[in-house]
Amino acid sequence: MKDTSYPVLVAENITVRYRKGRQHFTALDNVNVRIPHAATVGLVGESGSGKSTLAKAILGLVPITTGRIELLGQDITHLNGRRRRGLGRSIQAVFQDPNTSLNPSFTVGRSLIEPLKAQNMLGDIDVDARVAEVLTAVGMEPDAASRQPRQFSGGQRQRISIARALITNPQVVVCDEAVSALDLSVQAQVLNLLTDLQRERGLSYLFISHDMSVVKHICHEVTVLYRGTIKESGPTQQITTQPADPYTKALLLAAPIADPVVQRQRQRPTSAVPAPSRTSLIS
Amino acid sequence: MLRLILRRLALSIPLALIASMISFVLVPFLPGDAARALLGPNATAAQLAAAREELGLNLPLWQQYWNWLTGALHGDLGTSLISRQPVTELLNARLEPSLSLIIGATLVASIIGIAMGVRAARRGVLGRVVDSSSILALAIPDFWLGLVLVVIFAVQLKLLPPTGYVPIAEDPGMWATSLILPIITLSLPALSRIAKQTRDSMATALDGTYVRTLRAAAVKENSIIYRHALRNAAVPILTVIGLVFVGALGGTVAIESIFAIPGLGSTAVQATASRDLPLIQGVVVYFTLITIVVNLIVDLAYGYFNPRVRVK
Amino acid sequence: MTVTSSQRSSAALPNAVPRRQGWLGQAWKRQPLGVIASIFILLIFVLGVLAPVIAPFKAGQQDLLVTLNGPSSAHWLGTDALGRDILSRLLYAAVPSLTYALIALAVFLLIGVPLGIVAGYRGGRIDSVISRVAEIAMSIPAVIILLVVLAVFSSSPIAAMITLGVLGSPGLIRVVRGVTLVVREEAYVTAATVAGVKPVNIMATHLVRRALGPILVQASVFVGSALVIQAALAFLGLLSDGDRPTWGGMIGEASQVISLTSWPLVPAGLIIILTVMAFGLVGDAIRDATSDEASPAGRRWRRRRAKTVTPAANQFDLDTKNHLLQVRNLRVSVDDGVTLVDDATFSVAQGEIVAVVGESGCGKSVTALGTLGLLPPGLHVDGGSVIFDGVDLLSRGAEAYAAVRGGGIGYVAQDALGSLDPTHTVEGHLREVILRHEKLSPAKLKQRTHELLQQVQIADPARVLKLYPHEISGGMAQRINIALALAGRPRLIIADEPTTALDVTVQSEILHLLRELQQSTKLSVLIITHNWGVVADMADRAVVMYAGEVVEMGDVYTVFQAPRFPYTAALLAADPSVSPLGKRLETIPGRVPAPGSRPTGCRFAGRCPFATEACLDGPLPLRVVPPGSVTRCIRAEELASEGVLDR
Repeated sequence: MKDTSYPVLVAENITVRYRKGRQHFTALDNVNVRIPHAATVGLVGESGSGKSTLAKAILGLVPITTGRIELLGQDITHLNGRRRRGLGRSIQAVFQDPNTSLNPSFTVGRSLIEPLKAQNMLGDIDVDARVAEVLTAVGMEPDAASRQPRQFSGGQRQRISIARALITNPQVVVCDEAVSALDLSVQAQVLNLLTDLQRERGLSYLFISHDMSVVKHICHEVTVLYRGTIKESGPTQQITTQPADPYTKALLLAAPIADPVVQRQRQRPTSAVPAPSRTSLIS
Repeated sequence: MLRLILRRLALSIPLALIASMISFVLVPFLPGDAARALLGPNATAAQLAAAREELGLNLPLWQQYWNWLTGALHGDLGTSLISRQPVTELLNARLEPSLSLIIGATLVASIIGIAMGVRAARRGVLGRVVDSSSILALAIPDFWLGLVLVVIFAVQLKLLPPTGYVPIAEDPGMWATSLILPIITLSLPALSRIAKQTRDSMATALDGTYVRTLRAAAVKENSIIYRHALRNAAVPILTVIGLVFVGALGGTVAIESIFAIPGLGSTAVQATASRDLPLIQGVVVYFTLITIVVNLIVDLAYGYFNPRVRVK
Repeated sequence: MTVTSSQRSSAALPNAVPRRQGWLGQAWKRQPLGVIASIFILLIFVLGVLAPVIAPFKAGQQDLLVTLNGPSSAHWLGTDALGRDILSRLLYAAVPSLTYALIALAVFLLIGVPLGIVAGYRGGRIDSVISRVAEIAMSIPAVIILLVVLAVFSSSPIAAMITLGVLGSPGLIRVVRGVTLVVREEAYVTAATVAGVKPVNIMATHLVRRALGPILVQASVFVGSALVIQAALAFLGLLSDGDRPTWGGMIGEASQVISLTSWPLVPAGLIIILTVMAFGLVGDAIRDATSDEASPAGRRWRRRRAKTVTPAANQFDLDTKNHLLQVRNLRVSVDDGVTLVDDATFSVAQGEIVAVVGESGCGKSVTALGTLGLLPPGLHVDGGSVIFDGVDLLSRGAEAYAAVRGGGIGYVAQDALGSLDPTHTVEGHLREVILRHEKLSPAKLKQRTHELLQQVQIADPARVLKLYPHEISGGMAQRINIALALAGRPRLIIADEPTTALDVTVQSEILHLLRELQQSTKLSVLIITHNWGVVADMADRAVVMYAGEVVEMGDVYTVFQAPRFPYTAALLAADPSVSPLGKRLETIPGRVPAPGSRPTGCRFAGRCPFATEACLDGPLPLRVVPPGSVTRCIRAEELASEGVLDR
């Protein structure tokens, strides 16, 4: 297990309330998350669980009603304006949809340089070299910079989004359903890439997903959210093998496993006729 | 639904106020004033002063507006500078020709436009006709089209009267004949706008996933087109019909002038040319009220076709 | 088969098409009408500027001896009532006409673009103020306000055009705001915010750039209508522009002499129509060009030429004669284009659940729709057979399909909510579909609607029947879609990714429901999915598709434990649900070949670690290999004996 004594990001007692017309709606209720250095913390839950809201709250995209967020020892809860924008050097994000992750009107290079420009880093470094470096790091050719996003597949665009997130050398990357829209074989490539980058650069990930099997694969720690509250959190091994909370259990059981023998044993007991054993058919 | 109507009515109040204020806001920019406009360049100072007194032009502008507004709320829109008749009396007499023309044109355009658009939804020749005529319709100035129709049907073929209007009470047959050319002129471009919108939103509706579900469940094609797709396509079509109506309102300005129809539009042109501000302000009020009523009807229709609006 | 990420990208590069053949040449090729229209507008403007030099006569030069003449060698476009040369007057009128329209356009853009972007991006109070004001302004009848302004500002064309720009701008505000609302939700805008880009820069770069297409389209339409309105005002004699001729004024002069001659109407009318049409065409071209820009390259295959590959006769003989549904060599193509599915061959027995599995673009959904006879316009079946209950639906055509739809084969789609008509209640849907299959009395009909909802395990049918689609959840909607599919008492249900858009706990309930229905009614189910977990959960047999053909099928236990096609094995290994924590996932290098550029031999060969020369040699048939799988791999037995495919 990773060294958990050195957290890069701590979110304490986060509550987020929205107002929808005259009604108040609590999207997150007293949620705590702590991301250790060079580790991946998963946030898992279904629609309406608040997992994306937490990501947005950490990134400063939605206001926090109560609670406190600390990034690399600095209180960033209510940072605004220029100081909030300056955080782009420390924390970046990768989002779900590979079709909108890059502006289709800009070249890949222009999209990659954008964070550098925003952080006034253009003068300090060799921009072309940095662009080539991040593209290579995500397994793309450096000449991709001169091309348009539409010339790339969904998986490649997701790699480019990761490259953009890496270009300012951040310590934390928030991955909001970053592999959910990808096909299985491409998803595997991107998951491997994320693991490699973590090992090489000591990155910490906040990994948001609805897919228990992906979370199980990549995360060191998992937090299970349900309707804005934490149901359970802890080391992945423990949560996925000995879940204490009934919702976690239901969630684990609902995700089918890609093995007919195992899966049919897990099927809900309500099923009237048990699946007939056909293992004899296998030579 | 009720909330929607109330909201629309609430929005109508500032609209009516803004529209009613426009001529007052612009008055300070007038070279000379209404009295000068009324009496002409040869009037003596004494005549001008008397006229100003009579018209209330010596009062501060906001007070003039306030007087006008309280009058308007009691159905008094002032007196025409030129004819010295009450504005409401003048304009009420012009209402019938204009409304006959606008409602007629909107009805013709909607019926033919929707029928064409539904049939054109599935591409094909009719689809291309609708697409290209929509560009043409935008380009043909309505007043020019009216003149061309007059040349063909009145001057050359002598089938229809070139100009003039007969009130419906006088002779319904002549009334209809006198409106044929103006209505065709106003409805042709409107028709192609409605047909284009119908075609586009029908095409979108027919691409809907539910259409495939209905087909898979053996629902008949006619039901899919009329019960399902057209209903889903209705909201944007209604919006365009509302716009067409309001557009036709503006169209009367030129069309009534060409066909010598004594309506609101031709009155507005004459009032503009003679700078008869109370009269033109009156036309603004009439136009605005008609627009408010039309928008309200369109909103009610939205609710009928879109259950999401109805519930809220 | 493990390939590192850096190896992978090189295989994906062939897609990079060099496309530099000159900016104009490209525009001409894609939008010839748009180019002609632009040149026309430019020409009118240039000729107008040069009018004092090139016009044969002065604008006001009268010749009372040749009034109202038709076209002649001296006067190409004839003369007007005062004997003035119409061509010269048209030329002199061009610059003011266009300039005034451009003034209106400038005002229109200066107000509409910034306010629309700010309203859409900032939202909240700023948005509601801007939107309300725009909504009010849009209800004001524009023409009459123009008349008021003209009455006050002594017929000044500039005042009229500025007013027109102001009155037109709310329409642009609404369009720009609408685009902005969509674009601001796109991930790159959020990414830019996270990266620390200032809001004003986001608006000025990302948002303006993405809204540019719609803005230019609106602008072209607006310029056209500004020209027409300006002409109308001039026609009515309400614009005073000294002695300079205007296009609208010329029509006005022509209308005075309409009983004598109609000729002068023609040139002035045509020049307005052509100019406005040219603006409209430029707008259309811009719209097409910008919507092209955002569409992914993958869409382009639609226009590519077909490359026909004849599939090899499949060499297997499983006993499928009595199966309820038999699909053989089904082939689906784009009209006048590439083939999307070349060889879909599989069958479903009575009471059996068969899963078709594959990644996006493999043709599994197209196969399902082709089987159902419900392909979207632009696609057609061009070969093979679909035999349902002994009847070949494809050869019998539309009538045979009509007979089995609903009653023989039911269909459930992925988009649960989108599959219901938003303007009808649940009850409306059910009633219409039930009545298509059996004539029932109102009481019986009500009973049947309740019965169907109970069958899909909806607890309170009476309440749910009254609801509209927007009032129900995705899981509930999918239950109703299943009820609709069951309404005709079908023997087979084809479910295309029925749970992909649902939450995992809801997915589990829907799968459970389908399984129970299959067990209680001996229903057959063909389920299309990309999720190995769903296959493992549901299927008796699995059919694996890759690049438009079935590559492997067999008993579900066999396919999972002893796959006999390398792609199946690789795809199974890429599934994280069965991969131990911390272990690297197996990946497949390269990408699926696009339709139209598929190799003749094995389509997986380019990505397969076991490929040999022979794999690329000619179309490969499906054949039976031990332990009873059907596969297209020619090395299946060899690889099986090496044990590299088994798990």
